[in-house]
Amino acid sequence: MSALAPPATTGAPTAAGTRPAARRRRPRPARSPWLHVAMVPVTLLWLSPIVFVLFVAVRSYDDIAGRGLGALPASFSLDGFATALTEGGVLRSLGNSALVTACAVVLSLALSSFAAYALSRFDIPGRRTILLTMLAGNLLPPQILLVPVASITDAVGIADTLTALVIVQVGFGIGFYTFVLHGFMRGLPGEVFEAARLDGAGPGGIFWRIVLPLSRPSLAALAALATTWIFNDLIWAMTVLRSEAKFPITAALLNLQGGFASAWNVVAAGSLIAAVPTAIVFFLFQKQFVSGLLVGANK
Amino acid sequence: MSAQPSTTPTRRRNRFARVPLLVWVFLLVPFVVELFWVFWPAANSFSLALTRWDGIGLAEPVGLQNFRDLAADPIFLTALRNNVIWVLGFGGLSVVGGLVLAVTLNKPGPLVGLYRSAIYLPMVVSLAVSGLFWRVMYAPEGPINGTLGLLGLESLERQWLADPAVALWAVLIAAVWRQVGYIMVLYLAGLKGTDGTLEEAAAVDGANAWQRFWRIVMPQLRGVNTVVFAVTVIDSLRTFDIVWAMTRGGPYNETQLLSTYMFQQAFTTGNLGYASAIAVVIFALAIGFIITYLARQARTED
Repeated sequence: MSALAPPATTGAPTAAGTRPAARRRRPRPARSPWLHVAMVPVTLLWLSPIVFVLFVAVRSYDDIAGRGLGALPASFSLDGFATALTEGGVLRSLGNSALVTACAVVLSLALSSFAAYALSRFDIPGRRTILLTMLAGNLLPPQILLVPVASITDAVGIADTLTALVIVQVGFGIGFYTFVLHGFMRGLPGEVFEAARLDGAGPGGIFWRIVLPLSRPSLAALAALATTWIFNDLIWAMTVLRSEAKFPITAALLNLQGGFASAWNVVAAGSLIAAVPTAIVFFLFQKQFVSGLLVGANK
Repeated sequence: MSAQPSTTPTRRRNRFARVPLLVWVFLLVPFVVELFWVFWPAANSFSLALTRWDGIGLAEPVGLQNFRDLAADPIFLTALRNNVIWVLGFGGLSVVGGLVLAVTLNKPGPLVGLYRSAIYLPMVVSLAVSGLFWRVMYAPEGPINGTLGLLGLESLERQWLADPAVALWAVLIAAVWRQVGYIMVLYLAGLKGTDGTLEEAAAVDGANAWQRFWRIVMPQLRGVNTVVFAVTVIDSLRTFDIVWAMTRGGPYNETQLLSTYMFQQAFTTGNLGYASAIAVVIFALAIGFIITYLARQARTED
């Protein structure tokens, strides 16, 4: 929450005004053990799919074939991971995903911080309409775009390229990122801008030296969020790409599942590998990630 | 609160000139990108929906025929029914689950952070990968059937993803597993914004926890509820990845959603006009909720 605090507080002065004192001194009775009685099983149940997939991934093929998929591991083998990474093409597709994600996140945040700066700090006619139109674009169901986007990539001559995937991700994401960044930039204190202007800084200089550095918290939140979204995307990849060698990890995994249908350890290992990068982002940037999720929901 | 060079009333045409050229470029480049890659394709879908097109030759205009065909297409009707089940089932279960967990885990305490992390951990796993995880869980020899066997409930064991009677719900549970954490985060934030003193006052007046929740806390969560509601419906209508990863709409189209059927028609069968008509239906179903969400955001913008 803290990362995006400025828009939240400017947006909801009433909530902010009454809250802090009340929250601090709320006396609470000692917690009952029932919370843990209820939550320990729920937590274990929640983690069980991940744990079971981990079990399957580290078992040998023969162990799974002989004792069934549901049995606890009686063997330990990293064959599943090795096969998935090499023959399964997971390594190559991870590379594709990393490339697309990095380019798309940087480009979308760059473009949307441009737009957000223009909309939040300048008296652009109809800026509210422009802003909401841009946000609306991101809310459209992607299905309404798929067929035309596929034919546009054809017409422009970038069909079946990672470039096309990056561009499509950028185009679809910009509206939301602009909206969030606009909310943040609008809350930046005006005095800083006044001072910079008096020092003779132009709009470009103010953007580069003041707005971008000050917007770091919300850029970080959006970067964490956008990384997981773009890395986890399946439908755009399936729409834009045809050749397997270019598939990002999600699409490649579905193929892996077809090719290694009975080798559960390979499928499980591949799925775990696919989950690792976003899990790392999540644990490193948990605070930013959660604050990113709250964007658009704060009252 | 803003830095605009200040407040003398100016005539409208001067406003264009007052914005530096560079700033116009800053605005127009992203805007044009979105216009070209989002709004232009969206507009195209509407006109394609009125044609029959295989993607190679010329699109042949057929008026509203695609929509008439849809109304008589049993698979489309199944997909539509499934989508309604999905909105209610997926939406209902994840909202109730997320709200209950948020209320349970609202107060800080030992282990509470751990519980929260466990609940929203699935969110970092992509929908496609979640689907693969749950394929392992639901496999005929997999852990779910194994656990049922251990508990002596062999009669409940089944081929979860191949049994038309339960496949949709099996996929739905997997999707809920991933969504609950998100809803919980939204409600946790909402609960943070509620006024604790009101609840205490009610407690002093003898209201029990149940009454306090419904009479005091819930009304304060109205804003979050709107967002959760809109987000849930929009997400439900978009749902594609997890179904595609788990069943591709099978068995016998029993888990087909509008999005998967649309994708199949477009890219497997190659009926691009017909697929566009399905996309238009999805749009028509979503637009009301999109506007709800936008209206709310517009209000917070003021």
